[in-house]
Amino acid sequence: MNDNEPYTTADGRKIGGVLMEMKNITLRFGGVKAITDISFNIREGEIRAIIGPNGAGKSSMLNVISGFYIPQEGEVWYKGAPRPQMKPYEVAQQGIARTFQNIALFEGMSVLDNVMTGRLNHMKTGIFAQALWKGKAEKEEEANREQVEKVIDFLEIQHIRKTPVSRLPYGLKKRVELARALAAEPSLLLLDEPMAGMNVEEKEDMSRFILDVNDEFGTTIALIEHDMGVVMDLSDRVVVMDYGKKIGDGTPDEVRSNQDVIDAYLGVAHD
Amino acid sequence: MPEQFYWGLEAALNGLMTGVLYALVALGFVLIYKASGIFNYAQGVMALFAALTLVGIMQGQVPFAHLINAIFGTDVHHFGWHLPALAGIILTLGVMILFAWIVQKLIFKHLVGQEPIILFMATIGLAYFLEGFGDIMWGSDIKALDVGLPQGINSWLDETTFNAFNYGFFIDNLDVVATVIAAILVAALVVFSQYSKQGRAMRAVADDHQAALSVGINLNFIWVLVWSLAGFVALVAGVMWGTKSGVQFSLSLIALKALPVLMLGGFTSIPGAIVGGLIIGVGEKLFEFLIGPMVGGATENWFAYVLALIFLVFRPQGLFGEKIIERV
Repeated sequence: MNDNEPYTTADGRKIGGVLMEMKNITLRFGGVKAITDISFNIREGEIRAIIGPNGAGKSSMLNVISGFYIPQEGEVWYKGAPRPQMKPYEVAQQGIARTFQNIALFEGMSVLDNVMTGRLNHMKTGIFAQALWKGKAEKEEEANREQVEKVIDFLEIQHIRKTPVSRLPYGLKKRVELARALAAEPSLLLLDEPMAGMNVEEKEDMSRFILDVNDEFGTTIALIEHDMGVVMDLSDRVVVMDYGKKIGDGTPDEVRSNQDVIDAYLGVAHD
Repeated sequence: MPEQFYWGLEAALNGLMTGVLYALVALGFVLIYKASGIFNYAQGVMALFAALTLVGIMQGQVPFAHLINAIFGTDVHHFGWHLPALAGIILTLGVMILFAWIVQKLIFKHLVGQEPIILFMATIGLAYFLEGFGDIMWGSDIKALDVGLPQGINSWLDETTFNAFNYGFFIDNLDVVATVIAAILVAALVVFSQYSKQGRAMRAVADDHQAALSVGINLNFIWVLVWSLAGFVALVAGVMWGTKSGVQFSLSLIALKALPVLMLGGFTSIPGAIVGGLIIGVGEKLFEFLIGPMVGGATENWFAYVLALIFLVFRPQGLFGEKIIERV
């Protein structure tokens, strides 16, 4: 199948061309190879999962995409062009938003303020206008506020908008983090174990939100997950990693029947 | 009403005004500490440096005049101009922003993620460097600073209170102006940090670096911004103190008075710095007035520190500081 050919999924979502391509990525920490020569792509509008056992290098891969780690070898292509070496904040400004495995929220701020920080890149008014708090900045704040309220509504966290994040239970924190990433209206949304540590009910909620986000806004999503069942239900295509190497890539069904994958992960860990 | 009461009231009022100045210095500490976790020992020296630079620029002093003369055998001292106060203040602000940028670029950029004690040591080094640098740049003699702020007894207040209570209150005009300016400054800072884009980014950086990066905040820019703001606050404090008692190197010691203010108010709270400053200002004046005569006076030198010690024992996070709760 040509990776650049747009198609429509069985449930009617449109998948476009390649948005991001990882080409022969190798990442080392001193002598330890975290990622070895991995290539795969992420297409516009799809939900792409990266799975693998503990220590497979999944989070490292996500950190390479979001600019927190810089690979020693290989190239990251984004929107059809190679990406020069960038700081994480520059990557974010390019429209790549992310969440963290261990939740990185601004604990001292309210939910609303947290989600508002997601809009920082959409605020263009200069520092002096901001300091003087003139009409333009005010109008901009209002427009951003509207978008934020939309996201808050969408993720059903209206009832906690004024609550300081530090007081929220774990599951809700995860949802607020998703809201903050979503408020940035990202071209690519990276989710690092969005369901880690959740109970069954919270997991179901989160799955629904991920699907809804993708469906409603057409957001491209790349996620890392441990829970195999969840991944298979959610994603269009799956990359499987083990010991820093890619051992499988394809639709959930293809991956499920891949012998390497079964050996490394499925066959051992499940059933 | 007994005269004693009026004396006490007058002392308290004067203390209130001094407290505002303490609060101004403490504010500079809080700004940097909140956003970067750095306890900036150099804040007092920054106030001194800002005041020195302002005087130098306004009087058209040649920077590094002694050094230049010593090396080249020349005899330059002044450019021969006198700038108006406003122009001088704007130029000095420019210098403080440049200073913030250099400090971030040369020092703290390379110390990201280090232990707080290492960052603290770096600011001690910075303080001594800046003090020496200010000396070489502008000379070490005491200079008068006059930016046109009113000084002397406020005669309106004096007359009004005399007519009302038969006792005229002695309040310095400069103190009144300082209070008003400080109030405006604090209000502006609070509004800026609560509602503006950069303010929100500042709070975000203070809270979590990683998360701040992930929403596209340039940490370096925010830190330069914070140091610039602290430089601005230092300039305001330097102008006030400099006008009051001349620009001299002991100015950097006011930073020491800011320490008990911070212990009272909490290192992370802007309102805390204000209230802490006021309490110390009023407290030391009243204490001197009431208890001073019994113990032979000079209580103002130690009262603030003893109060801070008591606070450390009973409420270590200060009045407004974030509570330190350890979960097990």
